[in-house]
Amino acid sequence: MTATLEAPTPSHVDAAVTLSGVRKAFGHGPNAVLALDGVDLTVAPGEFVCLLGASGCGKSTLLNLVAGLDAPTSGSIALTTSRPAVMFQEAALMPWLTAVRNVELPLRLAGLKRGARRAKANELLSLVRLGEAGGKRPHELSGGMRQRVALARALASTLGSAEEGTPGLLLMDEPFAALDAITRDVLQAELVRVWRETDTAIVFVTHDVREAVRLGQRVVLLSSRPGRVVREWGVDGLAGADETETIEEITAHLREVISGHAAAS
Amino acid sequence: MATPQPPETLEADRGLAAVGAGLDALDAPPQDHRRSAGQRFLHTAVPPIVAFALLVGAWQALWASAIWPEFQLPAPLAVWDTVWTTVRSGDAGEILWTSVSRAVFGFAIAVVIATPLGLLVAKVRVVRAAIGSLLTGLQSLPSVAWVPAAILWFGLTPSAIYFVVLMGSVPSIANGLVSGIDQIPPLLPRVGQALGAGRLSSARHILLPAALPGYLAGLKQGWAFSWRSLMAAEIIATSPQLGLGLGQFLHNGQSLNDISMVIAAIFLILLVGIGIELLLFRPLERAVLRARGLTGAL
Repeated sequence: MTATLEAPTPSHVDAAVTLSGVRKAFGHGPNAVLALDGVDLTVAPGEFVCLLGASGCGKSTLLNLVAGLDAPTSGSIALTTSRPAVMFQEAALMPWLTAVRNVELPLRLAGLKRGARRAKANELLSLVRLGEAGGKRPHELSGGMRQRVALARALASTLGSAEEGTPGLLLMDEPFAALDAITRDVLQAELVRVWRETDTAIVFVTHDVREAVRLGQRVVLLSSRPGRVVREWGVDGLAGADETETIEEITAHLREVISGHAAAS
Repeated sequence: MATPQPPETLEADRGLAAVGAGLDALDAPPQDHRRSAGQRFLHTAVPPIVAFALLVGAWQALWASAIWPEFQLPAPLAVWDTVWTTVRSGDAGEILWTSVSRAVFGFAIAVVIATPLGLLVAKVRVVRAAIGSLLTGLQSLPSVAWVPAAILWFGLTPSAIYFVVLMGSVPSIANGLVSGIDQIPPLLPRVGQALGAGRLSSARHILLPAALPGYLAGLKQGWAFSWRSLMAAEIIATSPQLGLGLGQFLHNGQSLNDISMVIAAIFLILLVGIGIELLLFRPLERAVLRARGLTGAL
């Protein structure tokens, strides 16, 4: 065996998530509604992918399938990561627990010892810049702070419960949609920072083209009813005129997808 | 991805942190400050004391007008004398202890039975369909109705009394838990599932704490029902081997035609009810609601 410096990196082999031919129908017979039809998607470890689509494109259905909260009608979903964590549009913190105990909850469910989980939870709270607010209850926090606690909790559930070395996977379902513009702006920047520091793969669902291009490395456009992958754009490191151009191009495609429905009905 | 960051990124990062901290300070809801102990006393303790004083005053006036004969409406002082004598002789402590310990023990058994029962009814569809309405029906059935059956089944024994207490309080506690669980926002159990909670740990870490306000309301009602049922059972099922509880005391007052004793007994029964509410359930409820930011009603 010879040691070579240029070992080929098997990046296309070890995907964090691989969806092949995923189909999901709700209901049976003639009343069945097809939410997803033949979705193929691969997310590399540590990649930031934005799923973009109008209402009814099955974005949330897709996340639920990847999270294992629901099972596909056909097709397969393969995960090489630890348990995927989900973040919703609402923070959905447990109102009876303090911020730090909310972050501890997934670690507790995973059976971690008290001291270890408290340390891990405090570390994650500092990561989202809430190290001081650990003792506060959800109702004492602002909307943006709650969403950051939810982010720390999601990270705890995907990182804390895994064995060392397993990459994490974070599924986000329009997590900033309910926030005001300034807070959203700050949280987007915070998310990118946290993503850089944690090596977690992120699948981020949004209907905001600007947000998708700003955050993601790759933007995947889904059609509506049923959801299919229409096109993909690599948007990593875009800035200035290139970024504006891409946003316009994607917006045009999104409009096309939406107006297609007006003709059909 | 862990590339060393260029200085301008660090700068931007610091700026972001400052904006974020500013937003946190601006957006965080203002903390409500608590009133001082003196003010709290003025607002919570004075009104009921005044109301009680007025009530006693009206009673005294009615007695003084002598519309009803003395054996129907005693003087407040005569009732107070009876209470005081039983307290002085130590009988009151013994009577109260007999009844309260029975009620507490019966209530504890009821909690142990009703909690899993409520969980089952709330979470298992078949169980809810089968016994859900029965449980609600039992709640509106006066538990006195069980006393004759209990005496026939168990004789004049403590078991008969406990049976009546359980039939009174179990449906209330179970129903309280069911409605508490029904009112949980559906997102919370889903989040629990996403965080890795199985069925049992979801019940322990999500459902029960989320349902706690409703459960507590059920416990409160369950206690009231177990206390009432106990009084009903004690008044009807009197026998020397059952000991002297408040109900028997009341019954003896009636047998002796001693209206002061009857009213004294009612007063003691009421006192226990108010005492448990003020010393146990009110602070518990307050703590639970305050922790969740539901301070509107307090």
